[in-house]
Amino acid sequence: MIEARGLVKRYGSTTAVDHLSFDVQPGTVTGFLGPNGAGKSTTMRMILGLDRPDAGTARVNGKSYHELRWPLREVGALLEAKAFHPGRSARAHLTALAVSNDLPRQRVDEVLEITGMGPAANRRAGKFSLGMAQRLGIAAALLGDPAVLLLDEPVNGLDPEGIRWIRGLLKNLAAHGRTVLISSHLISEVAQTADQLIVIGRGRLLAQTTVAELSARSTSLEEAFFQLTEGSTEYSTSYEANYGTNYPLRRVS
Amino acid sequence: MTTATLDRAAHSRDEGHYGFRTVAQMEWLKLRSVRSTWWTLLVFAAGMIGLAILILAHQHWATMSAADRASFDPTNDSYAGLAIGQLALGVLGVLAVTSEFSSGMIRATFAAAPRRPLVLAAKAAIVAAVTLVAGEILAFVAFGIGEAVLKNPAPHASLGQPGVLRAVLMAGAYPALIALIGLGLGALIRHTAGAISAVVGVLFVLPLILVPLGTSLQNSIGQFLPMVIAENSLTAVKPVAHSLSPGVGLALLCGYAAAALVAGGWALARRDA
Repeated sequence: MIEARGLVKRYGSTTAVDHLSFDVQPGTVTGFLGPNGAGKSTTMRMILGLDRPDAGTARVNGKSYHELRWPLREVGALLEAKAFHPGRSARAHLTALAVSNDLPRQRVDEVLEITGMGPAANRRAGKFSLGMAQRLGIAAALLGDPAVLLLDEPVNGLDPEGIRWIRGLLKNLAAHGRTVLISSHLISEVAQTADQLIVIGRGRLLAQTTVAELSARSTSLEEAFFQLTEGSTEYSTSYEANYGTNYPLRRVS
Repeated sequence: MTTATLDRAAHSRDEGHYGFRTVAQMEWLKLRSVRSTWWTLLVFAAGMIGLAILILAHQHWATMSAADRASFDPTNDSYAGLAIGQLALGVLGVLAVTSEFSSGMIRATFAAAPRRPLVLAAKAAIVAAVTLVAGEILAFVAFGIGEAVLKNPAPHASLGQPGVLRAVLMAGAYPALIALIGLGLGALIRHTAGAISAVVGVLFVLPLILVPLGTSLQNSIGQFLPMVIAENSLTAVKPVAHSLSPGVGLALLCGYAAAALVAGGWALARRDA
């Protein structure tokens, strides 16, 4: 269970997260969607106590992150690919995190196996491809066998086999009662895994809904998503609105 | 298979909580599992031993002036390598925290242990333990090798002479305190290059800035600078004019390290990760 209440985060004059409230329920995968710069990562960092909100609170299992007794046993997080020292091996990285929360070292071998990282366990993590780095990040999130998982762009960099694997893993975690929040800017990707949706734009909640309900709003799920997030991008869409993708081009052959 | 493994939660969720012990274990594993730690320790050892040999093997008692003979302090001369050694261990302290910011590891660390001053305290304990052990070992080794290469008839120092053991022990403690200053500055500045520049500034640039201010200011302010304390107070067996006593010098360095760590801990707690 994750509860966000009135979260606000400002960077200078820009408001990255603007009075954002939502609940993430256990037993289901919840997609956290919005265009680039919508405030997804900032919100996740505030839930994890990494960024301090200017207003509002975030609670995990009824507690603020700073009150957790063994944080890794309650919450697993993947925030960015390659959040590790490039010179450290995958096993050393996971072992260091495990001992901080008094987790048995045998658990390191388990998550290495679950994520398919066993053969690469003793390689320096800086040499990993983006997909391997992502698997190591997921292994770290699973270390404490937590009831709550927050994964920022988990499919980022994974190959098709990896994407299929993570979809199955996330659904399995939710089916066993865990709270799973995954962020993405791709509605089509999230719809493959998530049932619940939280859509934000410019830091504000645009909808807390389900995939089924959102796709019923328009001709397609993607179309419904674009209608919802229209005007919420940090980049300009006026040129596209005038020309579509048929803007004047010089013919080259 | 995946299901079975994920469901096997073999730890008690209700007992205890993360704290200094578990975080210090994490920091120990982190420090020893990167190459930079071993490289900086190697540079430290090479600098300490190399300069002790370089200086003491080339002392020509026969050609020394009476004044040079009077001020000749073979213990102090064993520690010429501290000039390089302090920088190596200062860098070790800096990297213990800035490498986490540059890689993004710091967010994994703070997600595992949200109390940031506790994390810095654990880092400080591990960095202090490693650098103090390395410092003391190299202090005795540099002293022993230095006295061994010093040619007769130059007077030799031995650990039994008054003040010599104290000088050796303090020579070993000094680079550990510089490592802690580096750790504090690293937590404050976060960027490797910036924090190393700050350490170099404190150790090497401040003394140079004092030079144009004239001898009297140099004497009155200079005695409070870390490197001057190391040379003229901590490792000196023969007292040097315009310098602090060894005890006061060591206490002041401990104060500098504490101030850097408090500032670093405050910055870590206050700023977003």
